[in-house]
Amino acid sequence: MSGTFLGMPSLPVFGIGNLHEHEPFPKAAHRELGNTQLRANLGHATRTIRNKRLAVVSELPDWEELREAGRAIKESVMARLPELLEQFEANFTARGGTIHWARDAGEANRIVAALIRDQGADEVVKVKSMATQEIGLNEYLEEQGIAAFETDLAELIVQLDHDKPSHILVPAIHKNRSQVRDIFLREIEGVDPDLTDEPARLAAAARAHLRRKFLSAKVAVSGANFALADSGTLAVVESEGNGRMCLTLPETLITVMGVEKLLPAWEDLEVFMQLLPRSSTGERMNPYTSLWTGVTPDDGPQNVHLVLLDNGRSAALADEMGRSALHCIRCSACMNVCPVYERTGGHAYGSTYPGPIGAILSPLLTGITAEENNSLPYASSLCGACYDACPVKINIPDILVHLRGEDVDSKRGKGGKRGRERLPSQMDLGMKAASWALSSGKNLGLVEKGLPLGRLAAGPDRKITKLPGIAAGWTQSRDIPAPPAQSFRQWWDKEHQAQAAPTAPTGTEAAGTGDAGTGSAGTEENP
Amino acid sequence: MNARAEILDRIRSALRDAPAVPEVPRDYRRTSALGEEELIELLTDRLLDYKANVFVEDATAVPPRLAALLEGAGRYAVPHGLDQALFAEADAHDAGSRRVTDAPGHRLSVEDLDAVDAVVTGSAVAVAETGTIILDAGPDQGRRVISLVPDRHICMVRAGDITAILPEALGRLDATRPQTWISGPSATSDIELERVEGVHGPRTLDVVIVRG
Repeated sequence: MSGTFLGMPSLPVFGIGNLHEHEPFPKAAHRELGNTQLRANLGHATRTIRNKRLAVVSELPDWEELREAGRAIKESVMARLPELLEQFEANFTARGGTIHWARDAGEANRIVAALIRDQGADEVVKVKSMATQEIGLNEYLEEQGIAAFETDLAELIVQLDHDKPSHILVPAIHKNRSQVRDIFLREIEGVDPDLTDEPARLAAAARAHLRRKFLSAKVAVSGANFALADSGTLAVVESEGNGRMCLTLPETLITVMGVEKLLPAWEDLEVFMQLLPRSSTGERMNPYTSLWTGVTPDDGPQNVHLVLLDNGRSAALADEMGRSALHCIRCSACMNVCPVYERTGGHAYGSTYPGPIGAILSPLLTGITAEENNSLPYASSLCGACYDACPVKINIPDILVHLRGEDVDSKRGKGGKRGRERLPSQMDLGMKAASWALSSGKNLGLVEKGLPLGRLAAGPDRKITKLPGIAAGWTQSRDIPAPPAQSFRQWWDKEHQAQAAPTAPTGTEAAGTGDAGTGSAGTEENP
Repeated sequence: MNARAEILDRIRSALRDAPAVPEVPRDYRRTSALGEEELIELLTDRLLDYKANVFVEDATAVPPRLAALLEGAGRYAVPHGLDQALFAEADAHDAGSRRVTDAPGHRLSVEDLDAVDAVVTGSAVAVAETGTIILDAGPDQGRRVISLVPDRHICMVRAGDITAILPEALGRLDATRPQTWISGPSATSDIELERVEGVHGPRTLDVVIVRG
């Protein structure tokens, strides 16, 4: 079954759901940057976590060897994915679990809702899960009359405030403690009106609020961090114990997981459980990790389901340059080191997946032309900090550049309005002009004759503040200094015509420049 | 075509360039050479960092230690496989009347567990470097729920079960058993990334490391 693909190659089928930037990133970023509270909160939080991460990573003498093993394991998972999925399915099923396959977000949502209804339940408790965020499960369940209660503290804060997560690990990172207290006072019934903004007091309020829910829940919905093909085991990594509550107490457990989360074998977990906690929360180990394999008689949920989700993952896998984005273990280290994310926050990216990984993953899952996702690969200065921080060595800068190319290619020959699509775009024309100008010295010389025109455009303040057409993006946030009166080549020609009468300083004069007080006299010709 | 067949077909199609399966370099540490005292010291240091309470005792000193820890507590839960002799000292005061046992055929309900003050369990293996104690639902640890619902977990770790690093610990475990890895009391860093101990899981973790 798992041999080489012999059928007709199918076109990539992209994902749907909460994966889209709805307005161009620069526009969204511009708005978010205006929120000074957000910038202060984010600056504080990302700085804290960066330092914690560095401290615990530098403790390990074999961090780079672990990263390299992690990268290789994930690469082999992608290469062997069909075979590993079948192996996982056989093991999970043999131990009493039930597997469902979902082509996209809509299909996954319908499967989960039907499973909940089968239990006669109209509410569920939830463990923080990126996959269910991606498919918009909570919104769908609400439409179906099923209430979904987020139980992770940050997810609870976001849900109570009717807000959206802004970070994949700490979704409420954009809110500070006094904002959280205000949300609790406003939204939690019966909360102590004297609640302070001490994090410990706020955590205690969340505990009291969710306790009854946990103890009486019939159905829980979770994501999964890892799935082991050789045993059919699932793993959830968490801190608060809300995960353990959801994975242990209800009779029915429904897990939604992307197909790429597999690991081949038990021994691979030793690599990822060293990489993940240190990269994400900057801890040597997270407080709780739960592992379960199908159903264990008399211990935990007896009705155990797993929804395996494609939703664009197969399309991302088809992109040879981009497929390693699927290696992501959702640690969020790339966000915490990204100078762009640190200032704009997660909401600017539109998608469930923000930051550097989101800037590649979202367009890979949806296709580069979906909504405004083509603006995401430009949300980077290509500084490479994300690549250095990534525990599985995803080369995010390379994939960003690759996707920028995809974006340009997708617009090629689309300069005209509808119906006249074959007209070249401004980018096409610009590239064509540059290719002509740079193809010979003679051509470049002709172009350089236009420099005085640029000086004229710059005017007396010697600045160009507004370029036309697609070049306007460049001048949106910076000025271009007036071009020089002559080009280097023009200067060189003049200089070398003048060589007949040499003007270079003599050795004696040059030696004189060492004297104090003479400054740089005689050195004005130095390049 | 059903969803399963279609997704597998899409994936095979995506992989039609037949990417190579790389060899996995396992050049990271997989074994270590720390002695028992060093392991105890390292595990203790890590657990204290997580704000757990740690007590290192010789086997003979465990019953008095447990009695002291349980002093002032009301009822406490234990799994059926835990050696009853451990409670000899605690029982001297109350004849075991505070102890409720979770056993096959006599399961404690969630409400029962919510009403006890503490739970006492053993553990399967520990990892010193990360301060992690792993429970695999063995008879001295019980069902996952019993070490979750009570607000205080008193957990015993045999010195011989302490490994230095995670790969050594995984070598001693069976993936298919339900496992709970515990590194300190429950905690959150969700508000301004400031770590706060004590959310939904047990807010107090007492670890008794048993020598010999």
